[in-house]
Amino acid sequence: MTEINWTELVVLTVLFVIVAGLGFVAANWRRPTTMQHLDEWGLGGRSFGGWVTWFLIGGDLYTAYTFVAVPALLFAVGGYGFFAMPYTVITYPIVFLALIRLWSVSHRHGFVTPADFVRARFGSPTLALVVAITGILATMPYIALQLIGIESVLKVIGLTGDSFVAKHLPLIVAFGILAAYTYQSGLRAPALIAFVKDTLIYVVILVAVLYIPHELGGWGAVFDAADHKFTAAKRGSLLIAPGSELQYVTLALGSALALFLYPHSITGVLASKNRDIIKRNMAALPAYSVLLGLIALLGYMAIAAADRGVAPLVTDGKADPNTIVPMLFHRLFPSWFAGIAFAAIGIGALVPAAIMSIAAANLFTRNIFVEFIARDANHAVQARVSKIVSLLVKFGALLVILLIDPQFSIDLQLIGGVMILQTLPAVALGLFTRWFHRVGLIAGWCAGMVAGLWMLYTIPNPATNHLHFGGSAFKLATLGLSTQLSIYVGFLALAVNLIVGIAGTLIARAVDSPEGVDATKRADYFADEGDPKVQ
Amino acid sequence: MANDPAPPPAERTDSSPWNWLLLVPIVIPLLTFLFDEREPRLAGFPRFYWLQLAYVALGVVCTAIVYRMTRRRR
Repeated sequence: MTEINWTELVVLTVLFVIVAGLGFVAANWRRPTTMQHLDEWGLGGRSFGGWVTWFLIGGDLYTAYTFVAVPALLFAVGGYGFFAMPYTVITYPIVFLALIRLWSVSHRHGFVTPADFVRARFGSPTLALVVAITGILATMPYIALQLIGIESVLKVIGLTGDSFVAKHLPLIVAFGILAAYTYQSGLRAPALIAFVKDTLIYVVILVAVLYIPHELGGWGAVFDAADHKFTAAKRGSLLIAPGSELQYVTLALGSALALFLYPHSITGVLASKNRDIIKRNMAALPAYSVLLGLIALLGYMAIAAADRGVAPLVTDGKADPNTIVPMLFHRLFPSWFAGIAFAAIGIGALVPAAIMSIAAANLFTRNIFVEFIARDANHAVQARVSKIVSLLVKFGALLVILLIDPQFSIDLQLIGGVMILQTLPAVALGLFTRWFHRVGLIAGWCAGMVAGLWMLYTIPNPATNHLHFGGSAFKLATLGLSTQLSIYVGFLALAVNLIVGIAGTLIARAVDSPEGVDATKRADYFADEGDPKVQ
Repeated sequence: MANDPAPPPAERTDSSPWNWLLLVPIVIPLLTFLFDEREPRLAGFPRFYWLQLAYVALGVVCTAIVYRMTRRRR
């Protein structure tokens, strides 16, 4: 496909320009008295109401990459990919009580990052550093993946040149503009853009799930086509493949536990105005899960539309499964509407990429720069450092995508999910109990990381010719257990983490290792809007 | 942390019997034997798909009830 589809390109470009304009204007939205403060640049003034929070967190968690990768997974292996459903249903009731405590204690103490909380709770800059570095490492590849989302769209439109520059220029320009308005407007930019992004996504998906199955002979025909393909190919299944049930459940549970440990999720939560807004959003955010479930099924529609020329795009002799959703839109929608759909995916990448870079920058500023480099940095300096680091983070993600095989980012993101889960004892359990000793928590983190990385290392993936880091399903037989079952690596690594954490705490207490001061009080965990802040 | 103004009233708490309701939408969506089947179909959707989509409603209802029953009195 060397022909450029100009209608699609023009619609996409126009919408992108509108959104970029919004991003720059956002600096004046709910105009702050000063932008030279992390509370303003990095948390939008900690003042977002119910609707803004809903759009912001929704736009943050349900990313463009999710929208292309989940259907791609269903397209390839079937029902297993639908774990995204239980995952995004159970996560909200799981974090409901934890997030309001985190919001309260952060509100009272002015915490900007999860590592800020850990530092105050356990009196340990080292533990905070560990949490911060884990957060940054887990977020970086996630940003890179958003670029894959944009690239899949550009490829289908036909924007692929032969030279390096021609091939990547549109992506570089798009990301350059994103970096510029995030630098200027901070969290206000993605918050404002999220309105446009999510409206576009909702419209596109509603049209898609009504129109496309109708074109293909109904939902029944869509599922039958998928069933037939999996049976014929002897790969994949409409349901969960036998032996994968435990993996399905632990992957959903592990991912649900990990979701709100990601720094960018916490950024969205801390930017809201009060506790009730968070609670209300825990009930309202699953609306996006319905959307995700329907988007997932686009993968089956792509199977059913195979006779209409829907297939993964092949570039340089390699089929790119992530192009399956853009291809479906490209073949079945009129060009102008396909352009809108592509804009929804493209803009859908910009919102999370902006929030993730802000979250990573805040972690660096608060828990590395201020903690270890410039103790007396005032608010203006902190805001400036964060702004510059947000640029570096995005630039780094761009380089990773341009210079290294994108598969590398996908592998890294897999590892990132397992890594971020290892901060659960300090960040999440720390909200409820101060029982753990800081030494035990650090030991547990180390053990969980080593166990997780080792397990991931042992997992091959024949489909991508990988000997290592080929997936997150760890065969229990590797440990000598006589079973066909596999389990999510992150889940097992977290278990190791907790066991070592408990043992480490008991040992540290036994040898009278210093406890570290808890700067928080019980009442801090219930503070709400209007309650005084600790200065 | 030099200046520490009066903390919020100490008797505040998040505990409520309603919170137990949150366990329902956590546990049920993880019971694979409930949904890992094709039949019955609903509007063409195998049970695996329509039931897991329906769990969203279960999550929303349970979480919304807990929110309504535990929100701050005004």
